[in-house]
Formats: sequence, structure tokens, C-alpha cells
Amino acid sequence: METLAMHISNGIINGPVAGVFAAVALAALTFCVLRGRRDLDDRLAPMAGLVAAFIFAVQMLNFPIFTAGVSGHLLGGALAALLVGPWVGALCVSVVLIVQALVFGDGGVAMLGLNITNMALLGTAAAYLLIAGLLRVLPRTPTGLAVTAFVSALVSVVVASQGFVVQYWLGGTTDLGGNLAGLAGTMAGVHLLIGIGEGLITATTVATVAKVRPDLVYALRALKPATAPAPVPAVGGVR
Amino acid sequence: MGAGHAHVLYRDIPSPVHRLAPEVKIAAMVLFTVAVVATPREAFWAFGGYAVLVAVVAALARVGPRWLLLRATIELPFVLFAVALPFLGAGARTDVAGLSLSVDGLHGAWNIVAKGTLGVLASLLLAATTTTRDLIVGLDRLRCPQIITQIATFMLRYLDVLVGEARRMRVARISRGDDPRFLWQLRGFAAGVGALFLRAFERGERVYLAMLSRGYTGRMPAVWQGSDAATAGQWAAAATVPFVAVTIAATAVALT
Repeated sequence: METLAMHISNGIINGPVAGVFAAVALAALTFCVLRGRRDLDDRLAPMAGLVAAFIFAVQMLNFPIFTAGVSGHLLGGALAALLVGPWVGALCVSVVLIVQALVFGDGGVAMLGLNITNMALLGTAAAYLLIAGLLRVLPRTPTGLAVTAFVSALVSVVVASQGFVVQYWLGGTTDLGGNLAGLAGTMAGVHLLIGIGEGLITATTVATVAKVRPDLVYALRALKPATAPAPVPAVGGVR
Repeated sequence: MGAGHAHVLYRDIPSPVHRLAPEVKIAAMVLFTVAVVATPREAFWAFGGYAVLVAVVAALARVGPRWLLLRATIELPFVLFAVALPFLGAGARTDVAGLSLSVDGLHGAWNIVAKGTLGVLASLLLAATTTTRDLIVGLDRLRCPQIITQIATFMLRYLDVLVGEARRMRVARISRGDDPRFLWQLRGFAAGVGALFLRAFERGERVYLAMLSRGYTGRMPAVWQGSDAATAGQWAAAATVPFVAVTIAATAVALT
């Protein structure tokens, strides 16, 4: 399981900035825990676990980009936001990042706040805002949902990558001079390509789930127009 | 399943480090990493001290240097990023072997390589000596919110479900005449990724219901039984590592 990683490793961003973002991430995650507890029922608990496992698995797929030593991978924020909602979704991505940092050395432990802010908070938030907006405009068909998934995944990846640029601007350990714009451009371009891949995977996955088990898609449940929610039969028989 | 699946990085050998309670190891590892990151980059000797500390713990845990170094290649992309810094960096420049390099960039590169490597080695040591089940028990005992440990438990459990289901689908494809080779199997995989997710979910839901019917309430039994929780002695033993690291860091800050 040797993989190349794009998570920020120790020493890229200086200590104080990492500390500030750790505090930001901690506060945001506390909020997510409080809101997520309300969402997490018997149906969402296994789904949250599977979404996290799925993200963990797809994060092992890495795209080596050019020769600059930059590599990126799928983030999964949009998938999480669609299937388990923004609060539990952000927690799912955070769990993936925490376990990867603790056990796989993927991304520095001291940089966890930065990584969580980028991928779990920024990525999921951008994705969910787009999903909420697009689902109001687009038809509620499998195609509409797939388009929503594709666009939100694409944008969320680019937003998350720009989070790194901002952090590097605030506390990069090496002054790149005027090259910051270059860094922003490279990151955006690279992640646009990754975003297309991520968008396709997210769209196919969510479209399949929505076709067979629409009750499992959080975004469809939560963003339903004002009609009363249809009762969902218990799955598995035993409760 | 109840025995806890060991992950690929776990080294199943007896050692004093393996016997430590997980919460102690997690706390020590996090504090060590923070101390390393807080060290000013000009204090070259300090990083030597940290390296010795890592080597001592590795020897105690009976983890070989070859194993560690091979798995540390995970940080290679950032090392490559670091190599580019001396060329990209701004400010004063110096000549090394005929190349004009940025002093700040050189320092930055050293900073990334040294701190990154030490961080990766520390987490590899944690991974080599702690099973994933213990890791979650440790996080729970460190007062991690239950919703997070619950998601983490299911994530690690469902990874195996996901892998198993993918294998079954691949066998099914092959037995129906598909001949997946190298890149061409990507198409079949991409078309089936939604189905894979759904099948894994339905299997995972059965796993979850089976756990519920056997009395699962959201925490692992080992946590509320508290049988192998860390003793004061274990905390003291493990505290030596962050204590030494913090001393080194404090000295380095004072000197520079």
C-alpha cells in the first residue's frame, strides 16, 4: 500500500499558521459533531462508514502530475455531502484524513488542521452549497442528479486546492517571491483535471444509488420540496 | 471479524512498544510531531537528536530500518517539491556546484525533508505497533467524540467489505467471458463502480444490523470494559519520548 500523497506533510507550512488552522478545524468539527449527531441514525451510520471507506479507497488512486513532483488524488467531499449530508460528510472526510495521518504517515500530524480545513471543510462546504443550489434548478431526474454531482465534485476539488494556496501564502516556510500566482495556477489546473475524474466517479456512483435506492441519498431527502416525506421501509428486516 | 483485522502496516511481533496501551502511543506520537514542527529549521543538531530518538523507539519496537525506510517513500512527492524550492525561492542566492540557489529555498527544502521524514517515521512506528482496532479504542479513551470513532470503526471494517465485494465482482466478470488486462479493465471497473458501492452498502448494512443484534451500542466493548487501559506506569514510560523531544525543541528555540 505504498502510495504517493498530496496531503500537506510536516514542515511545508509554518507552526503558527498550522496552529491557527488546527483551531479552526477543531471548532468547525465540534460544530459538525453536534449537528451530525442529529443526522446519524440507523440508516446513516453504516452509510457514513461506507462513504469513508470508499473515500479512503479512492484516495489511494493517485494522479502523478507532470514532472513537478506534484501529485493529487480524489477527495470525495462531494460524494460525502450527497450521500450523508454536509455535517456527517465533513466528519467522514476528516476521519479518513486522521486515520491516514496517524497510521499511514500520509500528511503530517501537525498539519492535520490544514488538511482538514482544505479537504473536509472547504471541499464539503463548497460541494454542499452547489448541490443545494443546483438541485433547486435542475430537474430531479437521474441525469439532473448526475450533473449536480459532477459539477459539485469538480468545483469542490478546485476550491480545496486553492485552500492550500491561501495557506501557503499565509505561512509557507519558503518565500516563493512572485511565484505564488504560479503555484495557484498550477494547483488550479492540475485539480481541474483531477476534478473531472472525481466528478465522473461521483456522478456514476450517486446516479446508480439514486436509481436503485433513492432513500439512501441524503441530498434528495433533505432538499425535498415541501411535500411530506414518504415512509421508508426498514431494510434488512430486523430492527 | 471480532479478532480485529490487522492492517498491512502492522508488525505482529511482541515488544515493549507493542504492549503499551494505544492511547499512550497516540498521545506520545502527536506530541513528538508537534515538538519537531515547532523546532526552528536552523537548529540542525536538534533534528539529529530526534532521529536518534526515533531509532531508539524503532529498536525497542523491533522494527528494522529497511522496513521503515521502504515505507517512508510515501512522502516522495513532497521531497520532490522540496528539491524544486532552492531554484524557485526568492531572496539571497548562493552558488553550489555552479548552480545559483536561493538560501531561503535551501533552508525550506531542508525543513520539509527533515520534518516530513521524522513525522512519517513516527506514524509508521505507531502503525507498526498498533492494530487499527486498538487505534480506535485509543482514540475513544482520549475522549474523541463517539460519532467520529464510530465512523472510523465502520470505515476500517467496511474497507474489507469493499475489497471483498470488488474481488467478487471481478471474478463474476471474468467468469462471464470478460478478459481484464492492465488498462482495459478500467472501463469495466468504471462502469461497475456504482454497483460496487451499492453492493458493498447492502452487505455493510447487514454487518451493521448483525452487530446491533449482538448488543453493539456505538462503542467497542474494550472501551467500556476498560480492561487494558493505560496504567500510570505506561503513561510515564511513553512520556519519555515527547519529554525528550520537547526538551530538544525548547533548547533549540532558546539557542536560535
